[in-house]
Amino acid sequence: MTLTTAVLIACALAFATKAIGYAIPPRLVEGERTMRVSTLLPAALLAGLIVVQTAADGPALVLDARVGALVVAALLLWRGAGFITVVIAGAVTAGLLRLIGIG
Amino acid sequence: MSEAAPTGELTPERRRAVRRQSWSVGLATGLYDVSFGALSVAAGLTIWQTQALSAPMFTGGSQFALVGIIRTGGLAAAPAAIATATMLSIRNGLYALSTRRFLLTGAAHTPVVRKAVVRTAAAAHLTIDESSAVGLAQPEPKAARLGFWHTGLAVFLFWNLMTLVGALAGSVIGDPATYGLDGAAVAAFLALLWPRLQASDARVTAAVATVLALVAVPFVPAGVPVLIAASAAVVIGLRGGRPGATAPPPDPATDGDVIP
Repeated sequence: MTLTTAVLIACALAFATKAIGYAIPPRLVEGERTMRVSTLLPAALLAGLIVVQTAADGPALVLDARVGALVVAALLLWRGAGFITVVIAGAVTAGLLRLIGIG
Repeated sequence: MSEAAPTGELTPERRRAVRRQSWSVGLATGLYDVSFGALSVAAGLTIWQTQALSAPMFTGGSQFALVGIIRTGGLAAAPAAIATATMLSIRNGLYALSTRRFLLTGAAHTPVVRKAVVRTAAAAHLTIDESSAVGLAQPEPKAARLGFWHTGLAVFLFWNLMTLVGALAGSVIGDPATYGLDGAAVAAFLALLWPRLQASDARVTAAVATVLALVAVPFVPAGVPVLIAASAAVVIGLRGGRPGATAPPPDPATDGDVIP
């Protein structure tokens, strides 16, 4: 699979998930449990992504500058900062930590 | 729902207010998408591939997930990256179950079936966090339609423009680790997760998912830990919950979750 193929497949599937909501009879998905699982899915996926992006280096678990970025991001979000502020602060924190030789 | 009749016309002031809300959400959303463009180029995607992710995929969380997993696992992780991106987009289909109530009623007035199909396809493509939130926030069906379309188009316009800006900037600055761009990715995912943690079920799910991913990392290929983490939602969702323990679609006006 080339990168372009992967991008195109992912795009097609993303459109399918959206279109399906307009096409199917609602009674098929309005079951309470189905709704609950789908509502919780983003939280589980994002938590998993955070772990991989913060602590994984290939198959190894590591502690490096990215943990610093995560902590600063959490503090800013707790203080009610906006998305772009949090993202820039994450980059600056990781960059600065590396500059002084940590991680 | 307000007292307004479903067929009631909106006053010019009301239309202006809805349009203003829609375009300010669109602009705010587009502005921070610079980070997606930069991260995507850093992950090894070309500017063209980055743009191809932004316009035809057009669902931010999935775009971030796809480039994030490919950045750590390379092309070998592509199947897991695609699966994760698709699962993250399932919520858009759930929004559609709500937005179709005000969007598809208008289609009945369209005499040509093909036109209605094209319009529904366009609506589907623009069904994201922001357009759904602004649309569903309007009490009158006409204002809901106006808000949905204007927000969807505004986000689409600014989002793609800023993806290009970010990709161009990213391709100039070089190795992302030097500048801490990997820290930006971590922060972006946490910022996406944060507003979803208001419901107690979601907090438990995120905690279980974190543990599952940590345990899985040393044993499975890159990308797969995220899929294993996803099973937390299945286990906790099926286990049952109290009414109101799960969250409604995020409202960009109040909780800052403005990624489509």
